[in-house]
Parts: sequence; C-alpha cells; structure tokens
Amino acid sequence: METKIDSMELVYAKPETLTDTPMHYCPGCGHGVAHKILMEVIDEMGITENTIGVAPVGCSVFAYMYMNVDMQEAAHGRASAAATGIKRVLPDKFVFSYQGDGDLAAIGTAETIHTVNRGENILMVFINNGIYGMTGGQMAPTSLAGMKTSTSPYGRDCATMGTPIKMTELIANLPGAYYVTRQSVHTPAAVRKLKKAIKASFEAQKQKKGTCFIEIVSNCPSGWKMTPLESNDWMEKNMFPYYTPGDIKVPQEMK
Amino acid sequence: MITGTVIIATEICKGCELCIASCPQNSLALSSSINRKGYRYAELVLDNCTGCINCALVCPDSAITVYRQAKPAKRASSPSLSAQTA
Ligand SMILES: Cc1ncc(C[n+]2csc(CCOP(=O)(O)OP(=O)(O)O)c2C)c(N)n1
Ligand code: SF4
Ligand code: SF4
Repeated sequence: METKIDSMELVYAKPETLTDTPMHYCPGCGHGVAHKILMEVIDEMGITENTIGVAPVGCSVFAYMYMNVDMQEAAHGRASAAATGIKRVLPDKFVFSYQGDGDLAAIGTAETIHTVNRGENILMVFINNGIYGMTGGQMAPTSLAGMKTSTSPYGRDCATMGTPIKMTELIANLPGAYYVTRQSVHTPAAVRKLKKAIKASFEAQKQKKGTCFIEIVSNCPSGWKMTPLESNDWMEKNMFPYYTPGDIKVPQEMK
Repeated sequence: MITGTVIIATEICKGCELCIASCPQNSLALSSSINRKGYRYAELVLDNCTGCINCALVCPDSAITVYRQAKPAKRASSPSLSAQTA
C-alpha cells in the first residue's frame, strides 16, 4: 500500500536517543518497548547529554548499545549500587538503573533494598518477566505460583520454593522510596502511562526527592514458550492479578 | 476524515504482530514474503490509517514511523518539552 507522505506531517518517529543498532531481543519482547519509551522521555526532556544509565546482566545486558546516553555496565545485580556511586560523584546528572527480575530481585536483592533505603536520588527501572530470560527461562523469585519454568518443570511449589516476591511493594515501605509504581508496555495505553511515570520520576530526581522505582511487568515470549501475542494475553490473565499495574506509593505533592 | 500512513522499516521488523493487534483500523497485516532475517514483516494493507500512532508505540524494534494529514489551522509548535526541563 503506497501512500503519499509529502502532504503529511510526521507524528511519530523513533526517538533520537535510541541508536540505529538493531536490537537483539526476541520478537515482541517488552525490553525493546521499555528502552524506547525511556529514551523518548529523555529526548523530550532534552536531557540526553545529562543522563547516565546503568545496564544490568540479563537479556538487557547490551542496553548500552541501544541507549544513546552515557552508560555503565554493572556486575549482576549491582546496577543500583553502581548508580549510587555515579549519582554521588555527579549529583547534577540524571541517573537511572535498568534491571530484570533475576538481576534486581534475586542476586541483587541486598543492593536493591539498601539503595532504596538510603533514598538514593536515582530512577530504578525494574523489568519483571517472572523468569531468567537470558540464561534459558529458569525460575526467578518473581515466578508465579505453579509457573512452569526450566528449573520448576512441575510448576513453582510455594511450600518449598517460597511465594513470588513482590519487590515493588516491599521497597515501597522504605522511607527512602519517593515514587513507586507498577506499569506495563503491552498496549498503547500502557505505554502512554509508563511515559508519564518516567517523566514524573526524572522531575522528582531534579528536585532531589529520593528514589523513584518503576516496575514494568513484561513478557518473555521465548522463556514462556509462546508467541508474542499469546504472551501478552497470558501476562494480563496471570501476571496482572498478582502484579497489578498501578501506583503503589505516590507522594502527596505529586497527586 | 483523518488520514495517515505508516512507513515500516521492513528489514528491522521481526514480525511480532504487536502492531497488527494494536491497530484500531485493522490496517496492518503480515507480509507473505520474508525479510533478510527470515521474518514476515508488518505491512500496511488498507488505506484507512488514521495516523493514531498506536502501532508505533508498541513496536519493540521502533520500526514504525507515522505521518498524518496536517490539519490546516493547527498548533504551530511540536509537543517538545525540552525548553522547560533542559
Ligand atoms: C555473578 C553472575 N551470576 C550468574 C550469572 C548468569 N546470569 C546471566 S543473566 C542471568 C539472569 C537474568 O535474568 P533477569 O534479570 O530476569 O533478566 P532477563 O534476562 O529476564 O531480562 C543470570 C543468572 C552471571 N552472569 N553473573
Ligand atoms: S529471552 Fe525473553 S526477555 Fe530475553 S529477549 Fe527473549 S523474550 Fe526478551
Ligand atoms: S497509525 Fe494507527 S491506524 Fe495507522 S496503522 Fe498504525 S495503529 Fe493503524
């Protein structure tokens, strides 16, 4: 279908702060959307030159190849600790960490809790797909009750494996947490909401308010062994009742 | 009637179909041919696109650019927020 674009105005293009490097993510993976929206907000706020991101270990280990801001790679689980150091040395920069659930809620649990408890003035982005995506779909602390993974082939048994950890509710209890929200990227409406949350977080960071924490409930079509559309559907039916999208802690002045 | 169109980077597209599901106009479908990566890619198959940008928002590979018919007396500036926050 050929249509003339000469007489039309451009209404949406890939954000400039996202590089042209093709992403290595599996088709339909939420990581790509999350990267894009984060960069879009940075573009719109005009803070590309003033932002430093910290990439994790996990599928998004190469985030620095796609995010065209200054980036630092961290050891597995330690992104928020690395971001702490960066923010303290360069307090006028906008600093964010970006981590999966295996990274943030398993090996990095201590760093996550203490970063928020100190109220570090950073944005923590937490991609929760209920699984270790990169290494082959092993069970994560976030895997749902009964969820079949490569290391829980009969389903997660909470009696022996614990119940899925709600990291976001947990850290919201800490006084250092300023703004805590759970979002998703699977529909246009969800993407628009996430955009607002990211913008609000960077605005709060500018005012040195404390830690902003955004969980993004996301899909892992490969790990869940589904098509991208099936995975988003499954996520809505199974992940959302437990990890329900919405704000968890909103300061009075932001309401 | 609002008219719009999309340009899809077919060599970047991985055929995930998320855009197809998000299009309120059912303007998009998967191609019958494949790109160099071996994926069938999203294509505009109807001329009823309104330029709503839904497809572009959910595209994980940022493969979609959206255009819309300019309304004659419309806002002069783009919705950039940079001045306020730089
Ligand atoms: C110290 C250390 N331990 C273990 C690993 C192996 N490892 C790589 S990625 C990963 C899990 C990543 O899962 P998650 O954070 O959920 O991200 P996803 O891949 O799902 O996006 C593990 C355990 C490692 N690289 N380094
Ligand atoms: S393994 Fe899962 S999380 Fe990793 S890129 Fe593929 S779909 Fe995304
Ligand atoms: S811009 Fe909107 S109407 Fe046009 S193809 Fe994309 S989703 Fe469909």
